[in-house]
Amino acid sequence: MVLKTKSKKPMKLSSAVKKAVGSYQKDKDMLIQILLDLQSMFGWLSQEVLTEVSEQLEVPITQVYQIASYYKAFSLTPRGRHIVKVCLGTACQVRGSPRLLDTISAMLSMKPHETSKDMRFTLETVNCLGCCAMGPVVVVDGMYHSKPSTPALRKIFETAK
Amino acid sequence: MGNQKLSSAKELEELRKEILSKRRPDRIVVTVCTGTACQTYGSLEIYRKFANEIKKQGLKGAVVEAKATGCHGFCEQGPVVVIFPQEICYVKVKLEDVPEIVSATLTQGRVIERLLYEDPVTGQRIAKDPDIPFYKNQMRIVFGNNRYINPREIDGYIALGGYSALSKALLQMTPEQVLEEIKKSNLRGRGGGGFPTGIKWETTKNAPGEPKYVIVNCDEGDPGAYMDRSLMEGNPHAVLEGLIIGAYAIGSHEGFIYVRQEYPIASENTIQAIKQAEEYGFLGKNILGSGFGFNVKVHRGAGAFVSGESTALMSAIEGKVGEPKMKYIHTAVSGMKERPSCLNNVETWANVPLITNKGAEWFNSIGTEGSKGTKIFSLVGKVNNTGLVEVPMGMTLRQLIYDIGGGIPQGKKFKAVQTGGPSGGVIPEQYLDTPIDFDELTKLGSMMGSGGTVVMDEDTCMVDTARYFISFCCEESCGKCIPCREGLRTLREILSDICEGKGQEGDIEAIEDIAEVMQDASLCALGTTAANPALTTLKYFRDEYEAHIKEKRCPAKACKALTSYYIDPEKCTACMICFKNCPTEAIHGSKGIVHWIEQEKCIKCNTCFEVCPPRFSAVRRISGEPLPPPPAHGTKVIREKKR
Repeated sequence: MVLKTKSKKPMKLSSAVKKAVGSYQKDKDMLIQILLDLQSMFGWLSQEVLTEVSEQLEVPITQVYQIASYYKAFSLTPRGRHIVKVCLGTACQVRGSPRLLDTISAMLSMKPHETSKDMRFTLETVNCLGCCAMGPVVVVDGMYHSKPSTPALRKIFETAK
Repeated sequence: MGNQKLSSAKELEELRKEILSKRRPDRIVVTVCTGTACQTYGSLEIYRKFANEIKKQGLKGAVVEAKATGCHGFCEQGPVVVIFPQEICYVKVKLEDVPEIVSATLTQGRVIERLLYEDPVTGQRIAKDPDIPFYKNQMRIVFGNNRYINPREIDGYIALGGYSALSKALLQMTPEQVLEEIKKSNLRGRGGGGFPTGIKWETTKNAPGEPKYVIVNCDEGDPGAYMDRSLMEGNPHAVLEGLIIGAYAIGSHEGFIYVRQEYPIASENTIQAIKQAEEYGFLGKNILGSGFGFNVKVHRGAGAFVSGESTALMSAIEGKVGEPKMKYIHTAVSGMKERPSCLNNVETWANVPLITNKGAEWFNSIGTEGSKGTKIFSLVGKVNNTGLVEVPMGMTLRQLIYDIGGGIPQGKKFKAVQTGGPSGGVIPEQYLDTPIDFDELTKLGSMMGSGGTVVMDEDTCMVDTARYFISFCCEESCGKCIPCREGLRTLREILSDICEGKGQEGDIEAIEDIAEVMQDASLCALGTTAANPALTTLKYFRDEYEAHIKEKRCPAKACKALTSYYIDPEKCTACMICFKNCPTEAIHGSKGIVHWIEQEKCIKCNTCFEVCPPRFSAVRRISGEPLPPPPAHGTKVIREKKR
């Protein structure tokens, strides 16, 4: 099976997993690190990826799934082309981030933690990005936006195709 | 650079002299803060532009160097640029200011007035950063070096005397003497627990079993706290040096640095620092010719707040699910892989080289009776100078918020300060003169925690604050023990109901009962402390709870279900600003026609309230009283004629 990776270079699933597993010398303690690498490579962890990791690392699939479902960094469903993250840390919270989330939610017509049907956006929330001075903060595809106005948000979302 | 392994104290000293001798005494250094906040404001481009511009303008007769440093802490004023040796500090620097800074300040030594920090109280411009009140009232012994060094170059750290503490510990002291010094210093864990570091080390040292592990906890999960991140990103060698010294004292040869997944720069810089330290022989076999060997690995977290708990963190390093375990035996005795494991927070480790070099007596001269040394706080929320501040223990909350933080923005009234993250509590105005240390804040029902300090003003609803922290913990609870899992879920339901105007008589008592059970019966600290935000808000702001329950009114006008937005037709000048900014097109009107809000469409996002110019203040928030009817369609604006 050939999967799309973020680097646009299609890579055979088994060899992608082999590479990730190999870079930690097949050390079972490194399961989380391996999954983190695969998550950033594919943007999500499919059933096929998890099965392949289980086989190559010789770890039961239940254990792989337990890790993948426990930690927030992993997504078990495909995510949109553009990731919108709204910081809900305490500092952003007191400066009005829940209202900002409502605004964005209304603009994109989707709830937090959802991915739009056309796979364009995924709306996520985070618990503090450590740049509290700029709050409330929205991160769109890795670009940080400090206290964006409604027209500014409209522009950001319109340009994200 | 052909770095070669150093094998004695003398070689380290020679290297330091060599690095210094390469620097011209008349050189000028432009440091650009590239901490997360400044980077977001484009400081990396500013740094590159400086490097280019210095080349382009071909400065003659002076040696100028641009340097990208870690976080300076003055995040509110970013991007921050400091020019040494004069210590001229420019704030909110833009890309287009760079050529002027190079031609005026660097070439002619002329200070550009408009880029200086302006004191909001006196209106004066301040040229040197030690004179700015934000810095003047701090004591930056741990965090201060951030602004001098490039975190990705080890030589800068060595030039400042870096790794001399390691050399002293390994070559002039026995492990027992190092341990004794830390014990005498009364250093307490900076991660929140405040446990005496020396005793922790001693427990691991004396525990049976090999190998022993030392671990850096950089899983800074408290929302609103980012000092560990800035230290790990901005000065990784200080943490690493402390860790190696600790390993020597304890007798450990293997260490781990656990970095939160949300902090990619911190893990990159740490990996780079480890590589450079290995090249110089500060890590590996026979460090500095002492015969002591130590290696360290970086482990990235995968996003779970509870992983910051010691047993959970160790499980995560083992590649397992990060759930806390029952601590019948302390992790210092049986931790990772059931071996003695010593876990300390980033800031704690960074204090170790200082104590080793300057001695326990010096450390004891700073701070209060029970809490020695300094503490880094992240001062955030409704405060003028948001940023990272390092102060001696014992400074009062008032000094921290007003003298350093510059008070509350827009002349609003202070309501409370939240300390200690989700396990802490709120502290109201009458306790602002409390000295900050481990024990004093605990007495008030809060805690110092890792140093998150969130300032709240009159617009913050205390019930909503409690609901926020409880639902945070509810999502982060691992679900292993029932008091925490079910207690938090029920608390969240009750608090959400109160915020939504569905509160009932008896709710307050129910919150208190559940909190008591959770405190007594939860498995780990997440559960036992999770109810603190609810209990402290209840203790100090019971009237707000009662207003929500009995009058269905939110005094702070923050709870959406209890608040409506209304445009005062008498004040509206039909300027169209709110009309354009409303995300749901709930505002009607046009030029010259008074605006009004269609309540069914309004999502209460507060945008109209924020954008309405203060000179009009036409948008009102109404809670607990009936909403006046909207104006008749097409009501025209009555403008007073200019005289």
